Amino acid sequence: MTAYHRPIPILWWTERWSYLLFVLRELSSVFVAWFVVYLLLLINAISDGPAAYDEFVERSGHWWVVAINVIALLFVLLHTVTWFGLAPKAMVVKLQGRRVPPRAILAAHYAAWLLLSAITAWVILR
Amino acid sequence: MADRITLEVARFRPELDTEPVLQSYEVPLREHWAVLDGLSYIKDHLDGTLSFRWSCRMGICGSCGMTVNGDPQLTCATFLTDYAPGPIRIEPLRNFPVVRDLIVDIDDFMAKLPTVKPWLIRDVHSPIEEGEYLQTPDELDEYKQYSMCINCMLCYSACPVYALEPTFIGPAAIALAQRYNLDSRDEGASERAEVLASPEGIWSCTFVGECSAACPKGVDPAGAIQRYKLTAATKSIKDLLMPRSAR
Amino acid sequence: MFHDVVVIGGGGAGLRAAIAVAETNPRLSVAIVSKVYPMRSHTVSAEGGAAGVAAEDDSLDEHAYDTVSGSDWLCDQDAVEAFVHEAPRELLRLEHWGCPWSRQPDGRIAVRAFGGMKKKRTWFAADRTGFHLLHTLFQTALSYTDIVRYDEWYVTKILVDDGRAYGVVAIELATGRIETITASTVIVCTGGCGRVYPFTTNANIKTGDGMALAYRAGAPLKDMEFVQYHPTGLPFTGILITEAARAEGGWLLNKDGYRYLQDYDLGTASPTPVMRSMELGPRDRLSQAFVHEMEKGRTIDTPYGPIVHLDLRHLGAKLIDAKLPFVRELCSKYQNIDPVSELVPVRPVVHYMMGGVHTDIHGATPVQGLYAAGETACVSINGANRLGSNSLPECLVFGNRAGRAAAVFAGRYGDANVPRAILAQGRDEQRRLEQDLGRHANGRERIADIRTEMQTTMENGTGIYRDRDSMEKAADKLRELQERFAKAAIDDHSQTFNTELVALLELSFMLDVAESIVACALRREESRGAHQRTDFPDRDDDRYLAHSLIQRGSDGTGRVRYLPVTITRWPPGERVYGR
Repeated sequence: MTAYHRPIPILWWTERWSYLLFVLRELSSVFVAWFVVYLLLLINAISDGPAAYDEFVERSGHWWVVAINVIALLFVLLHTVTWFGLAPKAMVVKLQGRRVPPRAILAAHYAAWLLLSAITAWVILR
Repeated sequence: MADRITLEVARFRPELDTEPVLQSYEVPLREHWAVLDGLSYIKDHLDGTLSFRWSCRMGICGSCGMTVNGDPQLTCATFLTDYAPGPIRIEPLRNFPVVRDLIVDIDDFMAKLPTVKPWLIRDVHSPIEEGEYLQTPDELDEYKQYSMCINCMLCYSACPVYALEPTFIGPAAIALAQRYNLDSRDEGASERAEVLASPEGIWSCTFVGECSAACPKGVDPAGAIQRYKLTAATKSIKDLLMPRSAR
Repeated sequence: MFHDVVVIGGGGAGLRAAIAVAETNPRLSVAIVSKVYPMRSHTVSAEGGAAGVAAEDDSLDEHAYDTVSGSDWLCDQDAVEAFVHEAPRELLRLEHWGCPWSRQPDGRIAVRAFGGMKKKRTWFAADRTGFHLLHTLFQTALSYTDIVRYDEWYVTKILVDDGRAYGVVAIELATGRIETITASTVIVCTGGCGRVYPFTTNANIKTGDGMALAYRAGAPLKDMEFVQYHPTGLPFTGILITEAARAEGGWLLNKDGYRYLQDYDLGTASPTPVMRSMELGPRDRLSQAFVHEMEKGRTIDTPYGPIVHLDLRHLGAKLIDAKLPFVRELCSKYQNIDPVSELVPVRPVVHYMMGGVHTDIHGATPVQGLYAAGETACVSINGANRLGSNSLPECLVFGNRAGRAAAVFAGRYGDANVPRAILAQGRDEQRRLEQDLGRHANGRERIADIRTEMQTTMENGTGIYRDRDSMEKAADKLRELQERFAKAAIDDHSQTFNTELVALLELSFMLDVAESIVACALRREESRGAHQRTDFPDRDDDRYLAHSLIQRGSDGTGRVRYLPVTITRWPPGERVYGR
């Protein structure tokens, strides 16, 4: 008996929206890493003094750096949103013997995100 | 409504074919007829050589999973009229070796299932004479959803991770392990942890979520896996911070 | 290939038997040979529950009396006493193995009412009891690494020499390989034969294989004329709507919306369920009442035959979702209706075989080393009519008993060196199967046509009501079909998963089983339980308070004789329901 093993088509991830989303989310980790590197470069520039910092800022203004960062932001947003979407499934929280509804857990995540963003914005912009 | 519909059925006869070919059959299009009834009509009246598995035809035995127009389905619970005017393409479940026509080899699952110890583990089993282990309806609800798995393999068929990494234990097996982990009578969670928290276990899963979408019984294996990820991660952190308290 | 114990069938009885062997004597090698993966077995479809005395106001005697009177006194009362005694223990064991039984608020097991039962004693896992029971058994069996499984192997013959069973011949479906598996003991647990009829709740695999295998191996079949019609099947599909729907308070209504059961000596129409009354009467009486309603023109005609209505609307969505979720799912999927707000169309449907392979109280057949348990077997605790929720515990109690008895036998007399004649028989069977494939390649009759004609014949000949004339016609027709079977065609010549060959072998088994049903029904000139003869409408204890035993002669025809019923404490009396 020789069983048939269906080869996986190269474009298998286009077969379904969820598969595409899955591949995009996997890809998003590259951009998360990019932001980490970018942050480290920024910190490095600051530690090297005002001249290095100015150079860093100028370089960041290049259209292609902006473009990369916009794309990276979109991917990181995707990463965050899908991560939050998963949270209510992973977390089963009980309050007074009753299961907290998944929507509430989801809402709590977004609330925390908003709060942290607000604090960050306040620290930077004040 | 037309009174007939075309079924394009994948045929694979290992003695004759090197890969599956589609064969078209016309079957009556009737209200209440499931895709499975169409296949049985072919087998009984048109072509006795068509091979497929089926048994209960009421969505509980898990035999008749196939790919219908690209989606994993129980063919006994998928109806011809929903696909009218057709044609309907019927193929074997994806991600499994095809043995013949619409029959796939699920031995891989059958071999993996016992590795997660899907049975009730107790440190000491009480004698039967002492009566039942008490379990409140709320405690039953904790794991009931995960006990509904009929092993139909639709989730494996829907899972791209299983397609890419055949060593992945897979959605149903992990959900069944969780079914026992979450059972108030069970004391075997630590025995299952090694396999579940291995690279072939939960950490292979990247939460595509198609397993839960495909599940005909509302088991939500994706949820079971994500939940166990949190359990396993919490445990790892605890072990790291308090190494001595670990077991 | 040798195993001390070979179990044919991996459903409730087969898995329980295999575990019993492993527990009794861990040194024994035990194999389960099944034509489907164990979790596909038809036990999975059982819905309502499993009876075992649990409540404080209940007693073993009451369960026994309900079973005896339900059986129209045709059961063996020693078997019933053993059964009711061991059933609660078996159900508790299932609980200890993890079965998700429905619970009371304090965590103890919950029990529900069921047809023909005077007290609430039916354990349930919502309305998927069989599913949970089977998966619990299957998963528990996985923990016994000594249990070897031959999944998707089809047994074609039980090997017997000098009155003793020594194994089986089976086909590995995936490869077409034919093997002789020798054994010290064989336990047949293949379930029923509902597919002999056209309209049945039974799964496609329920083709009476084990009954025919044992019959051909020389074991008699017992009480084959008693075929249970369940009163509530969905039209067209025949999907079962569990008796629990009525136990929870559902009503049966005729076309005028009238609870017609009150016209058939089954009690008065009370709004809430009353035990052993009306909709909670026994299945034989309810199905017979349907036929009378039909004759009076008070059923509703549909393209799929006459129906009545099951009314669950007054139960409310909350109760239905908690206790009958599967009923709601099945109605919505297969009938496009919601029982919360709509009437469910139902009609009687072949459901269960009271008869089967003749065994004693330990599951042993008259053939040494050959055992049977579950629906395949007839011990008998079901007599002329089985009560709902007695069959799941029967699988457990007698699966366990047969497993233990087989383990003891194998431990005492087992020997891997089987007689030479057995190996020769194995080779003969292999040759026969190969020749069959060749011979039927030139056939002209479609397997499905013969099968359909057999099913129609059985419905017309041995339906809910029978008479000599219709049964003689059926017997003649079955003889004709046996002849035509020799010309049945196989177009599939593949070695790989040849389901057409399986269908052929199944049909051959079904024809034998069908003939035994008609032969036994013809001989019993009385009406009792599920065997109702219009030409002999009364029960006749003087002549027929006895089991019919049909034994296959060397020419292939069956001879019927009678074996007295064992009566311990409940002398035959009138079956009283609703008064």
